[in-house]
Amino acid sequence: MQEAISSHTISVLVDNEPGILARVVGLFSGRGYNIESLTVAQTDSKENLSRITIVTSGTPMVIEQIKAQLDRLVPVHKVRDLTVEGPHIERELALVKVKSTGEKRVEALRLADVFRAKVIDAKTDSFVFEVTGNSDKVQTFVSLMEQLGLVDVGRTGTVAMSRGGEAL
Amino acid sequence: MKPEEPATTGADLLVKALIDEDVEVVFGYPGGAVLPIYDSLFKQNKLRHILVRHEQAAVHAAEGYARSTGKVGVVLVTSGPGATNAVTGLTDALMDSIPIVCLTGQVPTHLIGNDAFQEADTTGITRPCTKHNYLVKAVGDLARTVHEAFYVARSGRPGPVVIDLPKDVLMNRHDYVAPKMPVQHKSYRPQVKPELKKVEQAIEMIAAGKRPIIYAGGGIINSGPRASKLLAQFARQTGFPVTNTLMGLGTFPASDRQFLGMLGMHGTYEANLAMYHCDVMINIGARFDDRITGKLAEFSPKSKKIHVDIDPSSINKNVRVDLPIVGDAGQVLEDMIRIWKARQPKTDQKALKAWWAEIEKWRTRNCLAYKQDKQTIKPQYALERLYHHIKDRDHYITTEVGQHQMWAAQFLKFEQPNRWMTSGGLGTMGYGFPAALGVQIAHPDSLVIDVAGEASIMMNIQELSTAAQYRLPVKIFVLNNQYMGMVRQWQELLHGGRYSESYSEALPDFVKLADAFGAKGLRCADPAKLDETIKEMIAIKGPVIVDVGVDKAENCFPMIPSGAAHYDMLLGPDDKAEKPVSEEGMVLV
Repeated sequence: MQEAISSHTISVLVDNEPGILARVVGLFSGRGYNIESLTVAQTDSKENLSRITIVTSGTPMVIEQIKAQLDRLVPVHKVRDLTVEGPHIERELALVKVKSTGEKRVEALRLADVFRAKVIDAKTDSFVFEVTGNSDKVQTFVSLMEQLGLVDVGRTGTVAMSRGGEAL
Repeated sequence: MKPEEPATTGADLLVKALIDEDVEVVFGYPGGAVLPIYDSLFKQNKLRHILVRHEQAAVHAAEGYARSTGKVGVVLVTSGPGATNAVTGLTDALMDSIPIVCLTGQVPTHLIGNDAFQEADTTGITRPCTKHNYLVKAVGDLARTVHEAFYVARSGRPGPVVIDLPKDVLMNRHDYVAPKMPVQHKSYRPQVKPELKKVEQAIEMIAAGKRPIIYAGGGIINSGPRASKLLAQFARQTGFPVTNTLMGLGTFPASDRQFLGMLGMHGTYEANLAMYHCDVMINIGARFDDRITGKLAEFSPKSKKIHVDIDPSSINKNVRVDLPIVGDAGQVLEDMIRIWKARQPKTDQKALKAWWAEIEKWRTRNCLAYKQDKQTIKPQYALERLYHHIKDRDHYITTEVGQHQMWAAQFLKFEQPNRWMTSGGLGTMGYGFPAALGVQIAHPDSLVIDVAGEASIMMNIQELSTAAQYRLPVKIFVLNNQYMGMVRQWQELLHGGRYSESYSEALPDFVKLADAFGAKGLRCADPAKLDETIKEMIAIKGPVIVDVGVDKAENCFPMIPSGAAHYDMLLGPDDKAEKPVSEEGMVLV
């Protein structure tokens, strides 16, 4: 009996202390779970909390385990599966460096406009674009740029939040 | 005049914090990084330090101490090799949910990361084998961290906690802050009390059962002795059969008619068949380990399953259950008993009677039977005779890992919790002897026996020196079959009898060995002299090794071969040819 594998976006609120990221990452590698993307930064300096957003995939049983295992870590305050807990927004930011001239350069700029990517650095033969959106949009933009002289990409990974007025 | 310096060094402060946590014994081994702590220990007489001969043994001794008392076991080791040697013990404690606080020395903070002498990334190494760990970077955090560590170790699902202590932190001064009780942790809050609605639902499911079984595990022991009493009360109230996991032995009196014995890979025929055929399973404090379930797809296919566990991550990990209840085993049992009493549910007496009749039929299969002859001692016989001689005495049993461990679980009877110390989850050879030392420290006047194999005992044999130093009268009962028996058994069943490296070559003379360490050695290979030898062992005041020469070829049955279902048990040597192990099963351990 094979259960379907699906992708889940999980937000985790943790104490911002040394080793916490290693605990989370070690949990995933030690138990053989996937990490598709992971972002982390301090979000509350007064309480010294960080928010980790993990995009992972697995069968429903595995996803349930991942959440239970995360919740079991001592410095973890909250674990929320945004994918199952109602509508939510996901955003990712990418810096995309394109090196080209002539028609390719013009096309890159045109597409950047379509994707509402900003030019944040420009030379006569290169651009660095800043593009934000869900992972699909960012991926599509990066793929398009591959044909137009893409030389470098940096992506943040997904950050996510539920819609409406409720906090995590 | 100089402004007054805070009076207490980190090391003194640590000792003070331990005393405030009601610690009486620390198992440890000194070294450069923990010298300040050893100096503080020297200057006081409230904490007793037991010097082991290897750090792994310190953790196992603390585990034995913890499991036989219900208290937190405390370990003190130095940096680098001290900490890495403790890793096996910590992993063992994590797998079996034993509360341990392990203090490790560390190089001074300014040297951390410099590959200093005896430096190891202890928090990095122990992260996956502890419930939690800490690196204390400032002496001001020390006392608070110690109290938090004890709280984390003993609450919820207990486990080992490491506190890594850089040497400068131990030497700096700070005022002591007494712990705030009860501890309120900002993020860690285990759920102890169950949702009442779920318990009510459970009672409805249980009352409707026609073929129910209670499957009780180590969580009941961790909940405290009261939980075992409640389990017995609940079992009597309902009249249901009870089976125990390896870790749960002692939570239900083995002599009770309602007890079906241990279940699982080497569990009894009646327990495993009852698990397979039941229609309601009440799992209290057990975790559907692979040794219990066998082939998952065929694990108890017809039952509604209730799972009581304090750790939400244990639920739906291996087996999907119908009703999960998160909470402490004792609390849940108490609620179940109360609700059952209040509701007086009507159970299907006719069906239950038929169920018991079926169980009695399975029982008559007498699955633990063996044939003792006049020439060689059967290991089962040795354990039966051992039990005969100790049953009326105040006794504790520890084991190493292997065939002898399974036979001990089958043939020794446990009437009370906290009397049986064994390495269940990790299966650590070398566990039993140091664990027995820890038990003996906690219970100086009780009879403490390590049931061992000749291979396992060699793994921590150096602790004979500890036993001698503290005059700990632990009895090591070696079932010597000159093989790593369980390895040999698997090689026989799965690898065509090619006994690769499983013969115990060049064994020491255990009698002389005991003598060399200042203990007493006995030997017996004659069934007729076994009773006499056991009696002599018990009568000797100090530590004893008994080298019992047993049948080399004996295998441990019943056995569910790996990858097989509960009904596919091998019941004896004649069974094995008919049921070859599947390829799928071969990969499993």
